[in-house]
Amino acid sequence: MAEAVAGTRPGTDRARVLAWAREYGVYVSVLALLLFNVAFTPNFLDAANFRTQLVQVAPIVIVSLGMALMIGTEGIDLSVGSVMALAASMVVLYLGYGAWPAILVALAAGALVGAAGGGLVAYVGVQPIVATLALLVGIRGLANVLVPQLRDFRSPTLITLGSDSVAGIPFVVLIAAVLTAVMTFVVRRTTFGRQIVAIGGNRVASELSGLPVKRLLLSVYVISGVLAAGAGVLATARLQAGDPTSLGLFMELSAITAVVIGGTPLSGGRIRVVGTVMGAMLIQLLQATLIQHDLPRSWAQIVQAVIILAAVYAAGNRGAR
Amino acid sequence: MTRTSVLSDQDAGAARSPDAAVRRERAGRLLQQHGALLVLLSLVAFGSVAFDSFATAANLRGIVISSSFLAIIAIGMTFVIISGGIDLSVGSLFVLGGVLAASGSRHGALAALALPLVTCGTIGLVQGLLIARLRMAPFIVTLAGLLGVRGIMLAISDEGATTYLVEDRAFAALGRSEVLGLTWPVLITVVLAVIGVVLLQRTGFGQNVHAIGGNEEAAALMGVPIARTKVLVYLMSGLLAGLAGALNAAWLSSGVTILGIGLELDVIAAVVIGGTLLTGGVGGLTGTMAGVLLLGVIQNLINQAGNLTSAFQQVVSGLFLVLVVVAQRVFSKAQQLG
Repeated sequence: MAEAVAGTRPGTDRARVLAWAREYGVYVSVLALLLFNVAFTPNFLDAANFRTQLVQVAPIVIVSLGMALMIGTEGIDLSVGSVMALAASMVVLYLGYGAWPAILVALAAGALVGAAGGGLVAYVGVQPIVATLALLVGIRGLANVLVPQLRDFRSPTLITLGSDSVAGIPFVVLIAAVLTAVMTFVVRRTTFGRQIVAIGGNRVASELSGLPVKRLLLSVYVISGVLAAGAGVLATARLQAGDPTSLGLFMELSAITAVVIGGTPLSGGRIRVVGTVMGAMLIQLLQATLIQHDLPRSWAQIVQAVIILAAVYAAGNRGAR
Repeated sequence: MTRTSVLSDQDAGAARSPDAAVRRERAGRLLQQHGALLVLLSLVAFGSVAFDSFATAANLRGIVISSSFLAIIAIGMTFVIISGGIDLSVGSLFVLGGVLAASGSRHGALAALALPLVTCGTIGLVQGLLIARLRMAPFIVTLAGLLGVRGIMLAISDEGATTYLVEDRAFAALGRSEVLGLTWPVLITVVLAVIGVVLLQRTGFGQNVHAIGGNEEAAALMGVPIARTKVLVYLMSGLLAGLAGALNAAWLSSGVTILGIGLELDVIAAVVIGGTLLTGGVGGLTGTMAGVLLLGVIQNLINQAGNLTSAFQQVVSGLFLVLVVVAQRVFSKAQQLG
């Protein structure tokens, strides 16, 4: 009898721990890392260091917001890194017409790539991973064909955008924060947000209940493309150079990690916007911590891989591709 | 009731125009299975006419040799994709295999081969266990593998700063020397491809791989050993990626740390272009080999054209991938309707 109780207890406890970890693990981890750094990392609380961390995480956050929407629909966008590179090459190519036109062209290019991927997925019925894989390969190539090597530039507007601050807060961080707020509102309070979550939850039911599923999917891909292009523009503005060869390399991995760690299941049907931002912070903080304590970058990658696996296991993301 | 009516509809359709229906289905299947080969042959024909330097023996040999490493990885990937999974870690395993082989060559040819095979095989095995036993998504597990394995590779090469040179003569010879006019990597590729075809088409294991990719639940009901088959498939993929890396290191005489970024995508592209469905259940190695050569020929033609950068190759293979996938969708829809 006692044995039977002892036998069932750990199981339920484990389930409860997993459920709790799924919901709050990312917050606890970020908090723990922050505390660790406050205690053991010299100059961690310096405003300059703090700002650097936030500036570096901003592009990941922006891309991850789009990725969260995408994964919410049970899709995935592997093309985001290449779209960042394409945006960089667009900025370099069209800077002659002025900074804002160049930025607009870059965003439009992102929208176009998103529309291509979304069209393939929604209207042709191609799997998201394949469609965006083809774009990942093709679009980075295109960016490289357009701008074969790193090209630097001087543009006052882009310097302002990439490096200036308002009241001590860098523009880049401000933009990421505003986009996060907008995305939270969209997911929680708008019909569009609810419809997207519904598609991820059950696509067939959504179709039967009359939702314009194809158009909604297309718009999610376009949003992801525009956000990735925006992140590319901001990164390019900060670098003061267009670097289509290496800008955004592996960004899709970081973004997917951030979203999954943040509590959005790969099987769709639920979107955690703030959790996603926390996930991005966790990746950034982890890398910064390891590097500041003289552990090489390679260790950061290994640790990140282990964290992905642990998070996905805890989140019970099973079976899905 | 509905079932019989559907059957009789089909019978009626077949009776009305048996030849046309059969011909259309056969044409669809032919394009699905041998489309890559057809495109490959026409590109080779085009290249021979357009560029004098294309159809020379030296150039064609060059294409075959440089394609052989991709081909070895693609053999494993074909099994993975047919089983309904995906392996994103192969690019990192390829580089890790190369670095391990080069650093192992200080202790002789045997160490140079054993070190990468054992390590990459083990990593493949672990990934397979996570996917099959813990039922985690292949995409995520191998994505973590991509990151983690690259991290391991950087850790053992001082963040990529150290390039190990191949010091063992016998191992270096494995990359360069020839047997029957073929270099070893090409010969090994051919042998592995033949073994792969036999495994896939003629053995129970191959049947199981197909069955799992076609319909995992049905396969489980039929008593197919799902977990064991999946573990084997990812183990194979890891082993082959490590072997390709080792052979590449022997060929280059060093373990280069900057290779392999995006390689997994080239491999997947080759497999898909070769007619294997990414949804699993359908595919073959002859198509994959044609797909690998096709990518090699495209790159070579772009190099021949001279004024085009190699980045252009990425654009073309991306476009190819889109075209093929759309064609697959259209054909599979047509088959469902017909």
